[in-house]
Amino acid sequence: MSALKRHYALIVLATVLLLLPLVLPNNYYYDIVIRMAINAIIVLGLNLLIGFAGQISLGHAGFVGIGAYASAIFPTHFGWHPIFAMLAGAAIASAIAAIVARPIFRLKGHYLAMATLGLGIIIAIVIKNEGTYTGGPDGMPVVALGLMGFEISGEKQWYWVLAATLLFSFWASKNLIDSPFGRALRALHGSEVASQVMGVDIVRYKVAIFVLSAFFASLMGSVTAHYIGFVTPNIADFFHSIELVTMVVIGGMASIYGSLIGAVLLTALPQALSTFEGWETVAFGSILMLCMIFMPKGLVPTLAARFGRNDGEPR
Amino acid sequence: MVKKSVLKIVTAAALAVGTTLSAFAADPIKIGSVLSVTGPAAFLGDPELKTLQLYIEKINKEGGVLGRQLQLVHYDDGSDAGKANGFAKRLLDDDKVDIIVGGSTTGSTMSMVPLVEKAEVPFISLAGAVVIVEPVKKWVFKTPHTDRMASEKVFDDMKKRGLTKIALFAETSGFGMSGKKETEALAGKMGITLVATETYGPKDTDMTPQLTKIKNTAGVQAIFVFGFGQGPAVVNKSYKQLGLTLPLYHAHGVASEEFIKLSGPAAEGVRLPAAALLVADKLAANDPQKPVTTAYRKAYNDRYKEDVSTFGGHAYDGLMIAVDAFKRAGSTDKAKVRDAIEATKGYIGTGGKVNMSATDHMGLDQTSFLVLEIKNGDWVLVK
Repeated sequence: MSALKRHYALIVLATVLLLLPLVLPNNYYYDIVIRMAINAIIVLGLNLLIGFAGQISLGHAGFVGIGAYASAIFPTHFGWHPIFAMLAGAAIASAIAAIVARPIFRLKGHYLAMATLGLGIIIAIVIKNEGTYTGGPDGMPVVALGLMGFEISGEKQWYWVLAATLLFSFWASKNLIDSPFGRALRALHGSEVASQVMGVDIVRYKVAIFVLSAFFASLMGSVTAHYIGFVTPNIADFFHSIELVTMVVIGGMASIYGSLIGAVLLTALPQALSTFEGWETVAFGSILMLCMIFMPKGLVPTLAARFGRNDGEPR
Repeated sequence: MVKKSVLKIVTAAALAVGTTLSAFAADPIKIGSVLSVTGPAAFLGDPELKTLQLYIEKINKEGGVLGRQLQLVHYDDGSDAGKANGFAKRLLDDDKVDIIVGGSTTGSTMSMVPLVEKAEVPFISLAGAVVIVEPVKKWVFKTPHTDRMASEKVFDDMKKRGLTKIALFAETSGFGMSGKKETEALAGKMGITLVATETYGPKDTDMTPQLTKIKNTAGVQAIFVFGFGQGPAVVNKSYKQLGLTLPLYHAHGVASEEFIKLSGPAAEGVRLPAAALLVADKLAANDPQKPVTTAYRKAYNDRYKEDVSTFGGHAYDGLMIAVDAFKRAGSTDKAKVRDAIEATKGYIGTGGKVNMSATDHMGLDQTSFLVLEIKNGDWVLVK
């Protein structure tokens, strides 16, 4: 019984993911759900960094871009197996994150935002300019993702792959938050001085969570590249970074459910608004603005507080 | 009892047939489109969308195609190829369009290509790069000239003037980089030597450092700039500032009135390849492109009160080729329409004369480009 209660949210999510295919009418709807899942996984990682550890990153799309281009470049130009390329991309992204994290996390607030912003933009510029390998601003095609003679193709197969991945990262994030590691993160968000006094090695934790979120962002970049079959530098650009941060903020900082809701809403909204004939950007902006004015803490935390329920969210 | 139920079934069947038939007759032909109406490539998507809306409205007023109305289903990819890919799925799987006319940039077009090939729906792209139609893809066509054709035209004109050693000055945008690649590949074949190659950023406000470097390179006889938008105008100004007198060439991307306005007197003597659309009023009266280009310019000007651009022209050509193919195919059967597009012969559009074939899914040749020179703030045809 207690196990059931503890895994309540996980079971609900699993049930939803299992039943969704019954109501999805065609590939287009599968496509939207797949994009939601990809965004949700990146946002889960980013929320650990922004929401729980309290460190902003405005350059996360750079890591997504590294993953995407690793999956595009290594198999095409060097004949690597896509799985190795994906892992190499994640390793490169993690390494870059680890190297820059120490100097970057000496900064706080606006300066930290600026530094991460710069990092993202540098990655985007490199991708745009190294045309011989990356195809330049026009992008390049990506080979299909296969494993042991089996090739993932079509929306329905991708759906199950991403549903499983999403479920795993949801479970992993929840566990991480409830672990000593997660408590240390929240402590340093609350007060760095206090947590240092309590024996938390704040630099180590900040670097670790930055690397972890970069790792997930890169993996999802690879998945996006294989899924779409084509990459362009847009995937690494500043606007994509902002989109990801917006998902974190709208859904709710330091809320696992908020990450899911934020990713789902911000992926679905542009699709739903696309019939507005030129007004979609205005409508999109207004909705975001109203959300921030009336629910500055994000959807999930505000609603949870309003209805007086904690929903098992760690506080 | 039995009789009654049979009667019922027959009536039901008749009703069903009746409704499907009438539904069929009223069903519009769906033209799908994914364009970059917002974002960095909005300069392409905006006139393209306006053109499609303008002419679909017009065709519908005149009775439609095959007795059916046309319906435009369009989405804005925000200049993001990843989004274009998603919207293409929406057009193919959810809206079930009969044809796709769109794809403002090469990136968004290429991200849609695998989908349309799989779904077997005809696709007329409005993007520039050669890779879209080379190698030939069964369901994919395009209307704009390629960057290779622009370079060829420029090199031809240079050779006529005895200029063979040139400097290439390319923009780091998609347009410029693709052009740089094609130009570099073409130069050797055409007997042109690139003695210097420089690049500039699309938003740079001063190009004197690169131009000084070119100026100090020995043996440069002419400069060829490959870019789009305000960058090339800045090049012109920096070029005049440095007192350079080498012949200056631009690519087809700057062929707009705006370019002359931005450059001011610095535009004097600049040469570039362009489609006939921009100089519609200067074409000879017997030029086959004269009627179509003047009509399109007038219609677009009257409706939107702004100057035409070649990009809107590409959308016009794409739509007209599609409509023509529907008529010749006599139906919206996708395979038949595809065959009809491939069989397009002698279509006169804003971009030139289009002759498609199984090996050429663009159908334009060198004659569709003219070389223009800017004199006294206006275009002059170079014979």
